[in-house]
Amino acid sequence: MPPPPPLPAFDECGWGGRIRPAYAGIARFLATAGPELLEAKRREAEALFRRIGITFAVYSEGGDPERLIPFDLIPRVLAKGEWERLSAGLVQRVRALNAFLGDVYGPRRILQAGLIPPDLVLKNAAYRPEMVGFTPPGGVWTHVAGIDLVRTGPEDFYVLEDNCRTPSGVSYMLENREAMLRLLPDLCAAHRIAPISHYPEELLETLKAVAPAGAGADPTVVVLTPGPFNSAYYEHSFLADEMGVELVEGADLFVEDETVFMRTTAGPKRVDVIYRRIDDDFLDPEAFRPDSLLGVPGLMRAYKAGRVALANAPGAGVADDKSIYPHVPTMIRFYLGEEPLLANVPTYECDKPEDLAFVLAHLDSLVVKLARGSGGYGMLVGPHATPAQRAEFAARIRACPADYIAQPTLPLSTVPTLVNGGIAPRHVDLRPYILFGREIRVVPGGLTRVALREGSLVVNSSQGGGTKDTWVLEEDPPAENGGC
Amino acid sequence: MLSRTADSLFWIGRYSERAGNVARGLSASWRMAALAAPRGKAEEEWRALLVASGGAPAFFARHGTLTQAAAIRWLTLDPDNPSSIASCIQAARRNARAVRTALTVDMWSAINDTWTELRRIGPDAVAADRLPSFLEWVQARTLLFNGAAADTMLRDEAWLFLRLGTLLERGDNTARLLDARHAAFAPAAEAADPAAWQAALRAVSALRAYQHVFRARLAPERVAELLLLRPELPRSVRACHQRVQGLLEAIAGLTGRRGACHDTALALRQELAAARIGAVLQEGLHATLTRIIDTNLRLGEEITALYLSGR
Repeated sequence: MPPPPPLPAFDECGWGGRIRPAYAGIARFLATAGPELLEAKRREAEALFRRIGITFAVYSEGGDPERLIPFDLIPRVLAKGEWERLSAGLVQRVRALNAFLGDVYGPRRILQAGLIPPDLVLKNAAYRPEMVGFTPPGGVWTHVAGIDLVRTGPEDFYVLEDNCRTPSGVSYMLENREAMLRLLPDLCAAHRIAPISHYPEELLETLKAVAPAGAGADPTVVVLTPGPFNSAYYEHSFLADEMGVELVEGADLFVEDETVFMRTTAGPKRVDVIYRRIDDDFLDPEAFRPDSLLGVPGLMRAYKAGRVALANAPGAGVADDKSIYPHVPTMIRFYLGEEPLLANVPTYECDKPEDLAFVLAHLDSLVVKLARGSGGYGMLVGPHATPAQRAEFAARIRACPADYIAQPTLPLSTVPTLVNGGIAPRHVDLRPYILFGREIRVVPGGLTRVALREGSLVVNSSQGGGTKDTWVLEEDPPAENGGC
Repeated sequence: MLSRTADSLFWIGRYSERAGNVARGLSASWRMAALAAPRGKAEEEWRALLVASGGAPAFFARHGTLTQAAAIRWLTLDPDNPSSIASCIQAARRNARAVRTALTVDMWSAINDTWTELRRIGPDAVAADRLPSFLEWVQARTLLFNGAAADTMLRDEAWLFLRLGTLLERGDNTARLLDARHAAFAPAAEAADPAAWQAALRAVSALRAYQHVFRARLAPERVAELLLLRPELPRSVRACHQRVQGLLEAIAGLTGRRGACHDTALALRQELAAARIGAVLQEGLHATLTRIIDTNLRLGEEITALYLSGR
């Protein structure tokens, strides 16, 4: 099938035209570097990541190491002002999502006000009745949130998706920066880039801040992982290592007297805060799936007794569900009394008859997704599909409309990327990471994901996407003639 | 540290050492068997090695008859033998992967590269005259891992548990290899058996060491003394248990916990320091070694109960 026609997209660099000020240094570098140098650097980058990847890659017995997520050398740059506006919007959004969680597991004011259909929340698969009436330590539900953003123009950013459960990718964000400093030190030194290497310290402080009362002056924090066969295991062990805390599996912990202990050579040691990278379902065979071997029996008892903190809180997933997503702007207005600083992508909910009719009539221009899907699967990209594919998908939607939401096909912004034969624009998105402990903090930049196939809008690594280093400049670059 | 991590490090130490020891013992037996074959005594060499490895009952259950080829395969590549070289390398690597961040890059590379190379090896690598270079390779890989640990590992609890596994295994191995040939050391032995004495020394790479220490012909009480009681031989039972006891003391200091294993280790260290080879041979080498081997087993269980099982 021939590559899809390129959508008119906003190139963040201005590649091939007038270079935007934030990219002036990059553009100069690319112009003078030459293809041989770039190719040599590209190979060096791959070897570097392969060595790090080989060190931490997940092996299945007798199998090959997991494919590495490709890294692209050309960074994505955000100017100071651009970032400050985004950052404020992210803080606002995370504050509202937390307020929503506290509300739907508490007084349910937003439901009583008739602003969100109750069934959407209370019958949601991610809603945990076990959490009703419970206030997590510090009132924080989403200690680590990843809010996925896309851009369609200089000032036009949209939130694509919220991730309030176990957002991953932060280790790539950190390793990408290290790689850039190693591979292109002069280019990095020519820019004042906001540092991110303190993320593990920030994360540790966030986790300690929500330790339960009685934890003492130096709370014991652990990272709970499903184990080496999990695809994100590298990140779990990386973060535990960087924070200097133990990486534990379910079997290393036990609950006694409503207290969580880990099994150490010095005897049982009390655990105060668990950064858990295990889904709710598998967390505690006593409370959730009884067949889970990954969790800790009695963990929810200890949690509800206020003897241990869990980050992120169980039940936080109801806030990032795709069927709840269209209501986040409402949450911002209701809980904060503010207008949303970051817009949602216009979303059609197929369980609403008028939306369903619109969607079926405009499949050729919409992206249709499962309301409960992830990873880019179960998705129709209308403009890239054949009429036969669209008809087949329409039948699926008609069969189960409530399962689907649709959004216009956004022309995602592009950033120059190294491709076979040189440099070309490729579509990107952005996943910033927001920490909520005593206060809400946003790490400058985040993970830029890039769709490596020409014209492709799918950035997920599980489907061939790559990543870039993301730079937030600490000073606004001088605007050139007429600015950007 | 996490009990599970300490457990894995302990077993990495044991399995890595075991692979090297099996290679060392097999190397000696193979050579001795070649010399003994014309006299019809090759089978004794293989039997001694199987007994020392503790796998004789399992071997005979599977194979019935003892042939050189079957013994070699059992000790090198057979996955059904949990103490074959291949099984040890697998187990070491499996444990290393589980506690990857407790190892330095050099240590992980040493274990992982050994495993990767092993997967490429087929049965012909241990056939006939190719066996010695395979065994040399195994010994070299164990030395590489030990060197990587000694040179790059932080001297913390992780290091102590790794060394504990290594040295417990090493001392146990020497005791077993000597015990497998104990009949040749009895004072009332019918005939001098220098081949057996030499085999015992070769199995722990101590033939030249004997000459450096005694500068005399092989004599059974001196061979036994070197392997059992001499602190200057790093693979002697005494030297290993000296270190085991010291390591357990250091671990007690770091964890604030001690138990039965400390008493057991101290008693054994003191007994070996006070022993005189004449008295040991009078009592019976086999009786002493059996007791030491049983103590090693108990010591392993006591260490596990106190530090590694997590309760």
